[in-house]
Amino acid sequence: MAVYSTNEFKAGLKIMLDNDPCAIIENEFVKPGKGQAFNRVRIRNLKTGRVIERTFKSGESLEGADVVDVEMQYLYNDGEYRHFMVQDTFEQYQADAKIVGDAGLWLKDQDFCFVTLWNDAPLAVTPSNFVELEIVETDPGVRGDTSGGGGKPAKLTTGAVVRVPLFVQIGEVIKVDTRTGEYISRVKD
Amino acid sequence: MQADWQPSCSVAALQRRARLLQDIRAFFHARAVLEVETPLLGHCTGTDPQLAFFSTNYHSPPLRQTLYLQTSPEFAMKRLLAAGSGSIYQIGKAFRNGEAGRFHNPEFTLLEWYRVGFTLDDLMAEVADLFAVLFADQGLQPPQRHSYQAVFRAHTGLDALQFNSADYCAYAVANGLPEAVALCGEDHVLWLDMLFSHKVQPFLGAQGLCMVYAYPACQSSLARPSPDNPLTVERVELFMRGVELGNGYYELTDADEQARRFNKEIQQRQEQNLPAVIEDSRLLAALAAGLPDCAGIAMGLDRVLLLLSGTATALSETLSFAVDRA
Repeated sequence: MAVYSTNEFKAGLKIMLDNDPCAIIENEFVKPGKGQAFNRVRIRNLKTGRVIERTFKSGESLEGADVVDVEMQYLYNDGEYRHFMVQDTFEQYQADAKIVGDAGLWLKDQDFCFVTLWNDAPLAVTPSNFVELEIVETDPGVRGDTSGGGGKPAKLTTGAVVRVPLFVQIGEVIKVDTRTGEYISRVKD
Repeated sequence: MQADWQPSCSVAALQRRARLLQDIRAFFHARAVLEVETPLLGHCTGTDPQLAFFSTNYHSPPLRQTLYLQTSPEFAMKRLLAAGSGSIYQIGKAFRNGEAGRFHNPEFTLLEWYRVGFTLDDLMAEVADLFAVLFADQGLQPPQRHSYQAVFRAHTGLDALQFNSADYCAYAVANGLPEAVALCGEDHVLWLDMLFSHKVQPFLGAQGLCMVYAYPACQSSLARPSPDNPLTVERVELFMRGVELGNGYYELTDADEQARRFNKEIQQRQEQNLPAVIEDSRLLAALAAGLPDCAGIAMGLDRVLLLLSGTATALSETLSFAVDRA
């Protein structure tokens, strides 16, 4: 794997730090007029999701990490693992709940998502920004209500709970922004 | 169509720069300080291992010579002082290779001035006067003066003048900089650079100019030792809103001491496999001939403009064309 020097640390670059794969978020050059130059770097640990700051001497280098985001189709959940497939190659990957994390709340069979692979093994799963899911549980709304009010909780097929307007009913399909967990609209067939 | 033909900064920023230059020239004109120009290309350059230079080739057959873009006009200006120029100032470009970032551009504008007969105290008073003019409409608090030791202790609890490895390590681990332990090791100078730039500087000058003086002797650069304390030197740095704006000295006039510092830095360059430079023998000759007692300081004008703008967050917003579109 390639080696990257501090002046090549750009947002998005994947590197190995303390034996974990990490992504560079931000890299600030810090140098006193007279004195040592440093790079103060914000780094996301791709295994834990934690963000840390770390200072390097300018010119130090780190090994790159073999990390790629691959679009895959979500197939099914066997109770222990969720299974994903790359459309072009039919290659399949499995990931446990720890790796899937909150993304599991938005994964519907056959939907597409991004699986982050580190050395060809799943590291994290990211759902599409917008998903369309059916409501399986919610209080009956009052007729004539508009979307202006406070709303009510609704449970979706995947288990996620989102706030929806009062007029939305069980059995309806809604569009949700997975980044915020917010209701966007009803989906009309 | 590509968009990088456009300037990095706004027209308002261009106007602010023009006004700043006028204000500075008026300030020094009123004080009878002579404006000078010195070469950007020189046959020597600074030996500081922390400064990387640009070099180029001068062809004038049969002569082939390496010339260096100056990292600071200091040496040439000191030669003018030794030749009897009296107090002088210069507004010009300086070049430092590899320095690019939010507060750095490899080519930048410096204001550098030397006052014959001034002490460091006199110089700090003049800096305060200049800032009062330049920042007149910004409602700043009066300038503050702190010794390096006091300001370092206030922010870290550590003694900057006496290196205590255990104390420094404990502080770093407890304050989110555990990597400093391995990075700095037993190198006091490196510890000071790292802790000062991460834990002290960001908090300096929030309401106005902050002048930090009496630097530790290990960070002496071209400053004279303090007469009252062998652990410190007569050096001052300027900070405002966490940004380093300038660096000044009660200038070293001793040619022998200067030669020793050159040799030490040349040796450090060899040890670190950095490009070799030779000592500036013309500067040494000028010092031997006699540099008058003087105090001098350099200020980064692009950073001053950054602070004057009030809204800019990066140096590029003050430059017509930052290095990425120069």
